[in-house]
Amino acid sequence: MLKHSKSKHSKKIHSSIDSPRKRLFLFILGGWLLLILSNQVGEFSLYQGAFVATYAVGIASIILLTGYSGQLSLGHGALMAVGAYAGALTINSLQWHPVVALIMATLVAGLFGLLLGGAVARFSGPYLAGTTLALAIALPSLANQFPILGGEQGLAFDVGASPARFGDDFSPYKWFFWIATLAALIIIWFVANIAASRFGRTFRAMRDNPIAAQLCGVNVARQKVTAFAISSGVAGLSGGLLVMLITGVSPSVFPLSLSLLLLSGAVVTGLYNLKGVILGGLVLVAIPEIAESLVTRIGGSENVANSLPGFLVSALLILAVMFTPNGPEHIFKRKH
Amino acid sequence: MNGLIVNNLTIDHGAIRAINNLSFIAPRGKLTAIIGSNGAGKTTLLRSLSGLKDVKNGSASWNGKSILNTRPENLARSGIMHVSDGKSVITELSVKDNLALAGLWRKDKKDVAAATVEVIELFPILGERIKQNAGSLSGGERQMLAIGRALIARPKLLLLDEPSLGLAPLVVEQIFQTIKSLTTKMDLTVVLVEQNAMGALKIADIGVVLNLGTVVAVDHAQTLLNDPAVRAAYLGI
Amino acid sequence: MTQFFTAVLTSLSSGAIYALMSIALVLVWRSTRVVNFAQAGQAVLTTYIGYEVIQRTGSYWIALVAAIIGGAIIGAFIDRFFMRPIFKRVTSGPIVLIAPVVATLGLLGIIEAVIGVVWGLNNQSIEPPVSNAGFNVNGTVIAFSLFNAFVLGTVAIAMILLTLLFQKTNIGLALRASAYSPEISKLSGIRVDAVRTLGWAISGAAGGLAGMLYVPSTYLFPNAMDVLLVFGFIAAVIGGLESMVGAVVGAMVLGCAINFVATYISTALVFPTAFVVLILVLLVRPSGLFAGKKGRSA
Ligand SMILES: Nc1ncnc2c1ncn2[C@@H]1O[C@H](COP(=O)(O)OP(=O)(O)OP(=O)(O)O)[C@@H](O)[C@H]1O
Ligand SMILES: [Mg+2]
Repeated sequence: MLKHSKSKHSKKIHSSIDSPRKRLFLFILGGWLLLILSNQVGEFSLYQGAFVATYAVGIASIILLTGYSGQLSLGHGALMAVGAYAGALTINSLQWHPVVALIMATLVAGLFGLLLGGAVARFSGPYLAGTTLALAIALPSLANQFPILGGEQGLAFDVGASPARFGDDFSPYKWFFWIATLAALIIIWFVANIAASRFGRTFRAMRDNPIAAQLCGVNVARQKVTAFAISSGVAGLSGGLLVMLITGVSPSVFPLSLSLLLLSGAVVTGLYNLKGVILGGLVLVAIPEIAESLVTRIGGSENVANSLPGFLVSALLILAVMFTPNGPEHIFKRKH
Repeated sequence: MNGLIVNNLTIDHGAIRAINNLSFIAPRGKLTAIIGSNGAGKTTLLRSLSGLKDVKNGSASWNGKSILNTRPENLARSGIMHVSDGKSVITELSVKDNLALAGLWRKDKKDVAAATVEVIELFPILGERIKQNAGSLSGGERQMLAIGRALIARPKLLLLDEPSLGLAPLVVEQIFQTIKSLTTKMDLTVVLVEQNAMGALKIADIGVVLNLGTVVAVDHAQTLLNDPAVRAAYLGI
Repeated sequence: MTQFFTAVLTSLSSGAIYALMSIALVLVWRSTRVVNFAQAGQAVLTTYIGYEVIQRTGSYWIALVAAIIGGAIIGAFIDRFFMRPIFKRVTSGPIVLIAPVVATLGLLGIIEAVIGVVWGLNNQSIEPPVSNAGFNVNGTVIAFSLFNAFVLGTVAIAMILLTLLFQKTNIGLALRASAYSPEISKLSGIRVDAVRTLGWAISGAAGGLAGMLYVPSTYLFPNAMDVLLVFGFIAAVIGGLESMVGAVVGAMVLGCAINFVATYISTALVFPTAFVVLILVLLVRPSGLFAGKKGRSA
């Protein structure tokens, strides 16, 4: 039974992303459609769309780590912070191009993840969860200690105006949207490729049966560190995008709840489902909106207004675990 | 009808059919040996009889009461004790605590104490090791502890899964003899699952030969011991 | 010298509170194999119950009892009507590894949101039952108060009671046996499900006690226990997750590290210190200080 359902999983993965060329084509098409779309919608929607893309990248990093390699991290907010600060320093101190800053965010967070993963990836389930949880609260508070990181105020993160050739009516929000969407598409494409590669297969084998994988000559420890490092890099990019959108980075941008929010997004998406990351991002962006409109409509008190988003995210998380534990697609194919 | 009656039992592990339309009777007060090679379905059978595995098809009753798909703790409390395979003791607990487990829920504390004394008389080594962790016992001692624990509950039906597994011949002999004497002395009904067909049939009243989840032969244990086909297939003679 | 002495005392009293939280987590982990993040919510909810009782009766002591009992009931309720159905439903796929943890995180969010609706996000306070002003030693006021001593004493008593319960009673034996081997326990006639629910109840009571001892030194708000949960969890991981002694030792190690760094270096380094201590311990012993010999994979 178990075996049966697993082979079904892997078949699905392969059919959804069967050939790299087809995948690339799909992504280019998708990107093009989105950019066309960006001319049709309002500024605020663009801004929110950029958030969706940012969260999607964050969720992709969790899916890579938890869905594919079976490691649970409760501290991806901290890795986002690493990326965000690295990006901010690149812009502020080195005066480099914002795109380079985002690449730096990815690389530095990836390197950090490599070092951290080297130490922690061999910890099993709850030990890894504990360590990453501790990291999530420790790292942002550490930023206060270093003047170069700007203390409580933090640092500005200004990607500047859009290039002149895009024209005058190319708003900053549209510029954000373009950057974030492009980054998200590249990342999803990248992660999909990893998932379909030998790497991805090894990750899954490791997750499902670490001992067998080890006996088959897989260096489990190294694979885990690799997964951790790549996931960290992706998280770092998402951190860079996040602070781009709010034009500054400070410790308070990365509370513990951010790490948990991303995990929620990943679970709602289905831990195994890369195509769903956009949906996950949408959900995370939509919930505060829904909460707000609910409160204005039914006229709840301030307490309700403050608590409703958290309630909705949590309720969704529990419902997702209970009713679509392996992603929304399974609603339709559960009985096998 | 008294005893354990199993009727048309069929059990699947997912796509694998472990028990296929199996029926047999273990009469009350008798020792029934179920023999069969690896993967014959012996463990699966016992697990279904003790409530550890749910069953969709077939029936099983003990003294007229249906027992399938019942919680294991309730079956245990009604006198059906299952000593699962692999020397089922809790290694982190002391010998004393392991024995105490099966008496925790019993109202008659005096009888629990008496049963404990009896078990220690039966297996004196347990008395010597009473304060030690069960993890420090040898394989044979663990098996004695597992059987001893079951006896504390004053069972009526004892389901034993390969008590001889991994034990030295002398210890096996001792355990088998104990099982035999228990059956006669304590009005116990015993279902003994074994790969060690020779040893099991020697002490049993009735033998059931299992292959690929179905019964291929049932008879008096003595008759089976002398049956050339059984001897060739299961006794290696 | 006085400073050192004070640091030791405050380490012990904050370590004592971490220890309660840590034990609450270990109890659930041992019986259910879940890191119960909802414990922060349970503890804060029971502390709000205590707060309400104080508003009505004016007595901290009645509130303390109410919080402990309330915590037990809430814990049992969560196991019976929340965790058990989830374990029944979620049995396959990659989510199985993390579903229980995710569910408790979701529950935490729900509890804290509900508290936010009922009591608001503002800080409330609970007056300490005994003076929280530092003792005066030869003219200098130290950072250790009668209330801190009360905390230390109460936790010590709670530990002793728990130890007696676990080591000397039949219920304790059932709790231990069900944690080590649910199957053998069931086959021995023990109602493992009920015993597990009892474990959750004890854990909830410990969390409620932790809340009532912690909040008088700070404030009460929906997320008030989050930090305590994190420290309790770190302490439990340091201690090896399986062992109550380990949980207490882990909590004391953490309490000392945090308080000494806060006293001698900077209070801002509290969280990084916790992280460093945790990672140092795990690098030397990847399953914590008191983990059982046979490594459990879960
Ligand atoms: N949990 C399980 N999941 C899948 N298949 C199982 C499971 N348990 C048993 N089986 C299969 O069911 C069949 C019967 O197994 P069972 O353990 O009952 O045999 P057995 O007679 O006890 O063997 P042995 O003498 O080796 O203990 C075997 O083919 C086995 O592989
Ligand atoms: Mg077997």
